[in-house]
Amino acid sequence: MADALHWVGGGLVAIGAIWSIMGAVGVLRFPDVYTRIHAASLTDTGGATLMLLGMAFLAEPGIVTLKLFFVWAFVMLTTPTASNALASAAYSSGHRPRIGNFEFMRGNDSPEAATKGESRP
Amino acid sequence: MTTPFLDANFALNVALLLMLLAIALAVVRTRSLLAAILLMGVYSFVVAAWLMVMDAADVAFTEAVVGAGISTIVLLGAILLTHGEVVRVNWRLQVVPAILVLVVGGVLIYAAGGLPNFGDPASPANSHVGRIYLETTYGDIGAPNVVTAVLASYRGFDTLGETTVIFAACVGVALMLGFGPRVDTAPTVDVMGDHHVVLRVISKMLIPLIVLFALYVQFHGDLGAGGGFQAGVIMAVAVILHAMIFGLGETTKAFRPGVMRSISAFGVVLYTGVGIVCLVNGGGFLDYDFLFTPQVEAMIPPGLLGDPDKPHHWGQHFGILFIELGVLLTVASTMVSIFYGFAGRTIEAIKAERGS
Repeated sequence: MADALHWVGGGLVAIGAIWSIMGAVGVLRFPDVYTRIHAASLTDTGGATLMLLGMAFLAEPGIVTLKLFFVWAFVMLTTPTASNALASAAYSSGHRPRIGNFEFMRGNDSPEAATKGESRP
Repeated sequence: MTTPFLDANFALNVALLLMLLAIALAVVRTRSLLAAILLMGVYSFVVAAWLMVMDAADVAFTEAVVGAGISTIVLLGAILLTHGEVVRVNWRLQVVPAILVLVVGGVLIYAAGGLPNFGDPASPANSHVGRIYLETTYGDIGAPNVVTAVLASYRGFDTLGETTVIFAACVGVALMLGFGPRVDTAPTVDVMGDHHVVLRVISKMLIPLIVLFALYVQFHGDLGAGGGFQAGVIMAVAVILHAMIFGLGETTKAFRPGVMRSISAFGVVLYTGVGIVCLVNGGGFLDYDFLFTPQVEAMIPPGLLGDPDKPHHWGQHFGILFIELGVLLTVASTMVSIFYGFAGRTIEAIKAERGS
């Protein structure tokens, strides 16, 4: 039983780690601010949830489980808020989403242009 | 149990140090000062994680709170008042600094070879004074956290110096940047539009919890990691968060700049006052065993802190409590005052830009 919990917990932590790596790749590869924020927030919420759940399986049930729950609750409160604030700031400073707009693939694909976006008219 | 392919602790150390190296190189290479500041915050967090691996919980806590938290905010405030880009200079001007850095770095790397190994029990730090602290602290002071006992009691005089330095920083920043916005002229800038309602709601939920955590860190300082410095910074961060979300005008109504400055001085006075009381009662300066006269000590109920049969060092306990409170007041109000100084200037700069 304990061995099974060990494997489940370890597996969840490993999946969370892979999830976070996927998020990091997304931050580097996605074309504009909004999709990058989306990728970054995946590591904060999905990756952290999976890892904390895995840790809860690995730890002895008790006070540690409760602490992990509180950590999870704070992460779920703060990181989506941070992503929201970031996206909101990007929107009000004039960044436009580039998904569905293929301009960045035609010559204008320097990383500078991809991060900066265009100012709103 | 097979022997692991790689010692986990060793692998963690190498990984964290490589991350530090990568971040340091990124800081050097970036043109934008804003990015450099944020990278320095990340650097501080990685350093904190690394110190945690080395079991230095108190130092890690301080690094995370001060290095990644408050100094990032202060530097961002400074960036708002200056240019956010690196100014290109002629490479000839950089030759002498580069040589200097290489020579100093080489000397440091050479000297690092002469240091004792990490955790070496025979090293001078661990075999003389450190060992004595570890052996005598619990009997002398009764605080389970040796770091707090050394910081607040054995080396109380040094900590008084540190607190005074922080107060001096408050005075210095105030003299350079002014004393922050005046209450009556502080504009209630609606920095947040309607689409920041999420931020406002969550902040309203989090600010009380941040203050609660600061108080926990404060009063738990002699049991676990923490103390007045960390708690003060966390408390200041709660105030600064309030100012960022709800506007400077709202915050200066609740925490008046003048009151903040007075509290900053009062913390040092409280600390020194504890020392003077000890002096009056016949001990040395900051010798907490003499904090209470025997008459006062007899008035403390024996069961005040748990087990009544266990002897408590009341003077030491309350002395550490009082001076940590002084540190908390000075650090928190200094950080808030520095933030007010930067924020007041920023508003003036924005106004001047709009006026011209």
